[in-house]
Amino acid sequence: MKFADEFRDADLARSLAARITAEAGDRHWKIMEVCGGHTHTIFKYGIEDLLPGNVELVHGPGCPVCVIPMGRLDDGIALAKDNDVIFTCFGDLMRVPGSDGSLLDAKAAGADVRMVYSPLDSLKIARENPDKQVVFYAIGFETTAPSTALTLLRAKAEGVRNFFVFCNHVTIIPPMKAILDSPDLRLDGFLGPGHVSTVVGVRPYEFVTRTYAKPVVVVGFEPLDILQGVHMVIRQVLEGRCEVENQYTRVVHEDGNPKALEVLAKVFKVRPHFEWRGLGFISQSALELNDDFAGFDAERVFTVPGIRVADPKSCQCGEVLKGVLKPWECKVFGTACTPETPIGTCMVSSEGACAAYYNFGRYSRARDRERVLANGEAEPAITPIAVRAG
Amino acid sequence: MCLAIPAKLVEYVDADRTYGKVELGGVRRQVNTSLLVGEDAAEPGDYVLVHVGFALSAISEAEANETLRILEEMGPAYTDELQQIRQSEAMELELVGPGYRKQVTEI
Repeated sequence: MKFADEFRDADLARSLAARITAEAGDRHWKIMEVCGGHTHTIFKYGIEDLLPGNVELVHGPGCPVCVIPMGRLDDGIALAKDNDVIFTCFGDLMRVPGSDGSLLDAKAAGADVRMVYSPLDSLKIARENPDKQVVFYAIGFETTAPSTALTLLRAKAEGVRNFFVFCNHVTIIPPMKAILDSPDLRLDGFLGPGHVSTVVGVRPYEFVTRTYAKPVVVVGFEPLDILQGVHMVIRQVLEGRCEVENQYTRVVHEDGNPKALEVLAKVFKVRPHFEWRGLGFISQSALELNDDFAGFDAERVFTVPGIRVADPKSCQCGEVLKGVLKPWECKVFGTACTPETPIGTCMVSSEGACAAYYNFGRYSRARDRERVLANGEAEPAITPIAVRAG
Repeated sequence: MCLAIPAKLVEYVDADRTYGKVELGGVRRQVNTSLLVGEDAAEPGDYVLVHVGFALSAISEAEANETLRILEEMGPAYTDELQQIRQSEAMELELVGPGYRKQVTEI
């Protein structure tokens, strides 16, 4: 185990980057980080600037807000507009555009939409408003799903009858499989998600090594964690190994959290299929409430439109989520689509690749310019973002 | 919503250890501690990662401090989350245990 003091050590980061550069050779490496938290760290700390040009990080589909398709958002907004409903959700979801406005717009038009920090807040609202129907719009991967499960178990134990969950929980393995099956993208390996793995452990990734012969390294969220993960993937390939390795042993246990897995199994069942933004329908990729919790399932109790809505034509979130396009290669990036006026989900959530790139990309370039001016250096070459920022 | 924030476990508030009092972002709040079992078992004084009102796993003090340092550098994403935690009514110290007084103690 590494000591925390070392993590931010700039010298250590540079020496690790130098080792990566030396070992990567001339070959073009593509390594996907699956988790939105990793994407955030990569942009925040400019990890890509430390890596040689031939080691490319591809940003994957691990941002829970980003992968919600517009139809499911429209379903939520329809629920929110029901006069008997108090609609509750995490703050990240409020500004995501539906086909006719966002939840924030619905709230402005009079719907009772409330931002909550925890599903337990929604349950409390239900207890305090027995004459209203309280819906919690659940999103998130295996990290967040146990919280919803435990809240439902509590609601059932207490006999709360006016609490409902509109379940959009998704699972991490099927989209990884979909990406591996896609002909669009050739990957050399994965950086596995940290917090999801605290729940599921490291074994579920073994199919990636067995079936697809690609290495997986589960990594933490600090800059050196990411660099070390990249190094470990490259080492595996060069040494002819193909394994699931755990770099984040500080937090992730091999078997995950058995209690969390137990409550997931108690409350949820796997959906036959679920639509992901940009990835389309993926079999067995999401969770729904099982029959024991049918009375808490907003999809069974309420009528929702359930209509599949295509993404806006100008939006290329799907290509970004699959790692086929870089954020700045999207036609509307930084022009029509910005964090203030997002068109697609990737620009809404702080973990979305577009928002992260927009926020931190500009920031680091602004600092570069300051340094250039201060030192009298030559102006750096114009980057795509500078062109688009116009 | 996807942040997991380190917190110090102060005490459990019920015999089943379903809820616990933690120090987090400068306030004392109540979190669900059902998942702190097995390898993630934690005792008062230990550090845990809190995600949407639930303690997800036990971590070392060094890991907690380093994660907090990173989070503080994140700026708005972290401060917004802390604001939501402060406003979360479910995390007020009133839910569990007979005679447990409603109190949010600023540290």
